[in-house]
Amino acid sequence: MGSNMAEAHPVGFQWVVEAKSRGARVIHIDPRFTRTSALADTFVPLRAGTDIAFLGGVINHVLTHDLDFREYVRAYTNAAFLVAEGFEDTEDLDGLFSGYDAETGTYGRDLWQYESAEQARTEREGGEGGGDSAMDQERTSPMGHGAAGAPLSGTTGDIAQDPTLQHPRCVFQILKRHFSRYTPEMVERICGTLPGQFREVCEAWTANSNRERTTALVYSVGWTQHSVGAQYIRAGSILQLLLGNIGRPGGGVFALRGHASIQGSTDIPTLFNLLPGYLPMPTAGSHEDLPTYLDDLRSPTQKGYWAGADAYLVSLLKEYFGDNATEGNGYGFDWLPRINGDHGTYRTVMDMVDGKVFGYFLLGQNPAVGSAHGKLQRLGMANLDWLVVRDLAMIESATFWKDSPEVETGEIVPEMCRTEVFFFPAASHVEKEGTFTQTQRMLQWREKAVEPVGDQRSELWFFYHLGRMIRERLAGSTDPRDEPVQKLDWSYAVQGGGAWPEPSAQDVLRRINGYRTDTGEPVGGYTELAADGSTACGCWIYSGVFADGVNQAARRVAHAEQGPYDAEWGWTWPSNRRVLYNRASADPEGRPWSERKKLVWWDAEQGEWTGDDVPDFPKKTPPGFVPPEDATGPDALRGDDAFIMQADGKAWLFAPHGMLDGPLPTHYEPHESPARNLLYGQQGNPTRKVYGRLDNPSNPSPPEAHREVFPFVLTAARLTEHHTAGGMSRQLPYLAELQPELFVEVSPELARIRGLSHLGYAHVVTSRAAVEARVVVTDRMAPLRIDGEVVHQVWLPYHWGGSGLVTGDVVNDLLGVVTDANVFIQESKVATCDVRPGHRPRGAALTAMLAETRARAGVTIETGTTIATAAGVPHLQHTEESS
Amino acid sequence: MTSNRLSGPLDDVAGEAGHADHPPRVGFFTDTSICIGCKACEVACKEWNAVPEDGLDLLGMSFDNTGMLGANSWRHVAFIEQPRALGHQDPGFAGLPTGPTSGDGMADAVGPRLREAERGGSELGTSPLHTPNHTESLGMPAFSRPGEGTGAEGRTDFRWLMASDVCKHCTHAGCLDVCPTGALFRTEFGTVVVQQNICNGCGYCVSGCPYGVIDRRPEDGRAQKCTLCYDRLEGGLEPACAKACPTDSIQFGELDELRERADRRLAQLHDIGVTEARLYGRDPDDGVGGDGAFFLLLDEPEVYGLPPDPVVPTRDAPSMWRHAGAAAAAFALAGIGAFISTAIGGRR
Amino acid sequence: MGVQRWLESWPVYRQLTGSDPLGRGAAAESPSYTAMRPRTETADRVAGSVCPFCAVGCAQRVYVRDEKVIQIEGDPDSPISRGRLCPKGSASLQLVTGPQRQEKVRYRAPYATEWTDLDLDTAMEMVVDRMLDARERGWQESDEHGNRLARTMGMASLGGATLDNEENYLIKKLFTALGAIQIENQARI
Repeated sequence: MGSNMAEAHPVGFQWVVEAKSRGARVIHIDPRFTRTSALADTFVPLRAGTDIAFLGGVINHVLTHDLDFREYVRAYTNAAFLVAEGFEDTEDLDGLFSGYDAETGTYGRDLWQYESAEQARTEREGGEGGGDSAMDQERTSPMGHGAAGAPLSGTTGDIAQDPTLQHPRCVFQILKRHFSRYTPEMVERICGTLPGQFREVCEAWTANSNRERTTALVYSVGWTQHSVGAQYIRAGSILQLLLGNIGRPGGGVFALRGHASIQGSTDIPTLFNLLPGYLPMPTAGSHEDLPTYLDDLRSPTQKGYWAGADAYLVSLLKEYFGDNATEGNGYGFDWLPRINGDHGTYRTVMDMVDGKVFGYFLLGQNPAVGSAHGKLQRLGMANLDWLVVRDLAMIESATFWKDSPEVETGEIVPEMCRTEVFFFPAASHVEKEGTFTQTQRMLQWREKAVEPVGDQRSELWFFYHLGRMIRERLAGSTDPRDEPVQKLDWSYAVQGGGAWPEPSAQDVLRRINGYRTDTGEPVGGYTELAADGSTACGCWIYSGVFADGVNQAARRVAHAEQGPYDAEWGWTWPSNRRVLYNRASADPEGRPWSERKKLVWWDAEQGEWTGDDVPDFPKKTPPGFVPPEDATGPDALRGDDAFIMQADGKAWLFAPHGMLDGPLPTHYEPHESPARNLLYGQQGNPTRKVYGRLDNPSNPSPPEAHREVFPFVLTAARLTEHHTAGGMSRQLPYLAELQPELFVEVSPELARIRGLSHLGYAHVVTSRAAVEARVVVTDRMAPLRIDGEVVHQVWLPYHWGGSGLVTGDVVNDLLGVVTDANVFIQESKVATCDVRPGHRPRGAALTAMLAETRARAGVTIETGTTIATAAGVPHLQHTEESS
Repeated sequence: MTSNRLSGPLDDVAGEAGHADHPPRVGFFTDTSICIGCKACEVACKEWNAVPEDGLDLLGMSFDNTGMLGANSWRHVAFIEQPRALGHQDPGFAGLPTGPTSGDGMADAVGPRLREAERGGSELGTSPLHTPNHTESLGMPAFSRPGEGTGAEGRTDFRWLMASDVCKHCTHAGCLDVCPTGALFRTEFGTVVVQQNICNGCGYCVSGCPYGVIDRRPEDGRAQKCTLCYDRLEGGLEPACAKACPTDSIQFGELDELRERADRRLAQLHDIGVTEARLYGRDPDDGVGGDGAFFLLLDEPEVYGLPPDPVVPTRDAPSMWRHAGAAAAAFALAGIGAFISTAIGGRR
Repeated sequence: MGVQRWLESWPVYRQLTGSDPLGRGAAAESPSYTAMRPRTETADRVAGSVCPFCAVGCAQRVYVRDEKVIQIEGDPDSPISRGRLCPKGSASLQLVTGPQRQEKVRYRAPYATEWTDLDLDTAMEMVVDRMLDARERGWQESDEHGNRLARTMGMASLGGATLDNEENYLIKKLFTALGAIQIENQARI
């Protein structure tokens, strides 16, 4: 679901094809029939943006018919835990959970706690309770809590529970009630999926999930790029947990990621809210010093490996600041800048438009084409003092000042655009060495094949030397704000001589792995890290990648020459473990659920966990272990606490912390939708970020009027033959010729309605832009019947822009910016649009046409900003002043 | 010397061609039932053999923008959208508010492009094509009310076929038979290769190929086609396309072994209800004595742009393309263009 | 070339004297084809690499001769990809060696209508100047409640998903020390 694996990950899809030849059944659930569907046993169409309704229906089917893997659910999930009194569900509040503040569009989450967790919290905070201001909400979890959400005090024994799963306030029963209205009929009315097909999916999924069999769930950005994106993943996880498909071979939830090291750039983040290893960036106000930060990060009494977060953070600071980080100065914690809210890329671009940002680096990224609302991106860049673009080839984001669509409309005039642009040619993947982390968390080392030519340089070179030069400039400064730069440990080994040597990526990786600060010896893994300054480690989850002083990521033992889990090819975080939470592949007693599905198990003779993969559990903790009352950290894990990073050792069906938009996934309509939410008065995600600005208009959605101006559902995606914004594919003849022109796919029915002809021209229109494309009429697109009304979906690939061998309009210009509040990822997989035959207007005629269309649809700055529509709360507009 | 050198089965093609102690005959078995249409074969071939780019035209034939095999495309992936079922696959359209298939309408739009093309379609992918009637309607009754489906005539069955085509390396190769210069030769692997240093561009081979595969490159007039990566075979490597193929749809190996594998695969597909599966070019008794590159297809060969009987070239590309469209809403047949140009000898 | 050797290389001679009387096989093969070898055999070295496009992580072998990349193909030893590559991965040679690759720093001055050349060292110095200036102008010491911020909002960065872990590490580390927090990449998109 939400993935077009055959097209976006063709080589990974070989394993699906192979599984199919061995009898596996492949079901593809997607808004359109793709090359993945062509190879599937069953294609199940649904309306873009309704996956939670669909998954909720499957969850309801499982719970109504008692089809869950009960032993697994009871042992490894929080199904039995009681939620404190006072929690109110969407069932009670017309689509909202308790604690909603319509003024700020955020939740206070005190009422989502476990029974005793709430008491513990109240005691700890001196009974103040419920005092979170809206800003605190935005400042804290999950942005503020890194990998594992907020801490829970105490061990599992402290949480009230009902092992019979009958208590009305236990998670299991709450789940049951929450999803009870997600019936097959409702799935049909919301998603357009017919009951027969829906039943087929329910039956196939449940029949294939048991002791003997497991079901894998694959998703991609078809799930993440929604205003409810994080909850899509939660819904998939809940279902896979109920069916016992997590931590077991052949099971799992697979996030197929789209860039060579996008996993790596999340683990070692170039993201505003994170430090390496999912440690949160400190937040202003709440994280004044190291102790308060650590207390907020984890409870000293919590169980599991997240209890060691102090060691991970202190070791990071030791890598950052070396000998300058001491116990006395909190290991330099005060040298870290503080965040306070949304500093995501879209917020930043709006700040560029508003003149608040002066300089911008683009590092192998082309937002003029690849980010939502391309026009906003380009206008932001046109309002900078300076822009640095580093890429392999000349891309649209480097040339916006002379050839962007806004030059044609007169919105950017080169002679009046002051942005100073530096283009630095980058070294390619064969001209530098280093590691990529692929989609299953595996680090693979690349050797340098040749030297780059001319001015081409690696990012490592660029930033190493920027750092070196800046440190030289600021060496004599007495300004305290320059102290972090002065104190930085920038002593990386270099290769070659001269004034501009290449830094050693191997040395950087060694320091990411971590070492003992006294001897310099590499540590063997994160369990060796300490919070006393005796170890330095750049990213705790990568610790072990340089164990024994060997670059483990460079291992290339042939597939044919090693065991089934290929442990000696590359290195997978954490601890070279291939299946996360694999303790759950064994039953509570430590025996594999079945011979067929064995992975790790308890070896009573040796007194340890063993198996085909690296066991994801304390090696010597036996299955029946019950920790003493005062135990903390890994020692506090019960023998059946398979989810070792969770503060309660259990997988969360109900999330008492960590999600800003509800403890359970709920179907909300997309920000722009042709339909009213049939389940609740609450139309869209009540916490979504709408950025109500004049330059970010929304198409009207129910209950607003004039949705008929944009009657169709718009979705966009990749083609096999191109790569994202096209900088690495539209420039290459062999790829450009395979998909030479932007096209829009429509069903024969929509073609008739709009008078479109195959291979003719059409333009797709939203309140932001009109994009011209060739028409491809295809049976692969089919209309759906949504609550009795026929709804058409329109699809475009989004790879084109103004540069390269093949050019075309920027599909991302069609989108506005609205984001999920948890992660600030934009809703770019679904919007509404119109499609009109013929070429789009050019120049001033285009701006006039768009203005006319907006007027006809009644679009104002307020449109789409009334995010709360449930009964019982004020329906307020959320706009921001636009300069 | 045997009596059937020019037709019928031939057990030892390389031996017949004077290669003593030659390796076993090798070839391709392309199992189109697992092709994902990624076109890695096209690119890997071009990267290895430095085949030039072949035109930047949107052809409108589903996802096929290559059009056909030619001097600058030695691999070609065809895409066919059809209103019929694939084995037991559930395409998910039954009960949706659809109207009739667009197959005919698309054929009507693509057909004129084929007719306009200088080589009866074989220009596709090598030069810009003009489409005169961009705004013409599909000739079907328009709907007055948006969103009204037709229900009764709604399309239900659907499948999307993909198949990578290539030179067949025939047992009896027409191109080789007519080559007057010795540029074309039978290798010790039983494959057929054009020697670029000998070819004088006479073009006889072009009309000699019953599949319309071999083609002259406009720049130098020399004949071009798949070499089955002759240089790679000499080094013990598999051809670039087969090596890259993500799903192993293109399988390289000894021909005898590939034939056994293909027979097993065919039986397996028949067992699971894909009764329309059949082998093409597998039979040593066919008009070319069997192909060195043969296929598992899921429909009639014409649907994929392959001649049903390779000794009988087809004459009218547009009408044939439309025939396929009407019969099966086939959607990827520019390759047919090659046959007509072969028949009329009209290659540039 | 001696006469005998020359004669033996003449197809007609070989056809008449050899076991290929129709002249369509061994007799027709010219010396350059007889001697043909895959160009990968001429490589001075082979570097182990990983495809730079999507996140599947297909292993590549990069063949280098005379300090030039002459071929990139899949590494059959990989348990992930088993030597296979998609069309994008198969186009890696073109990605790396194609004429689209920029080799020189380019500079567009404010209000200019064209690019100009700029020397790399100078460009680096200019970027440092601008970073320090933007950092200064966008500096925020504390918020409206007096909470410490110690950061600059004057500069931002986007990119990293196509870069190496080691590179992302230095990027984040340097910007963090400078107080720049608006450091983002494709993972947000």
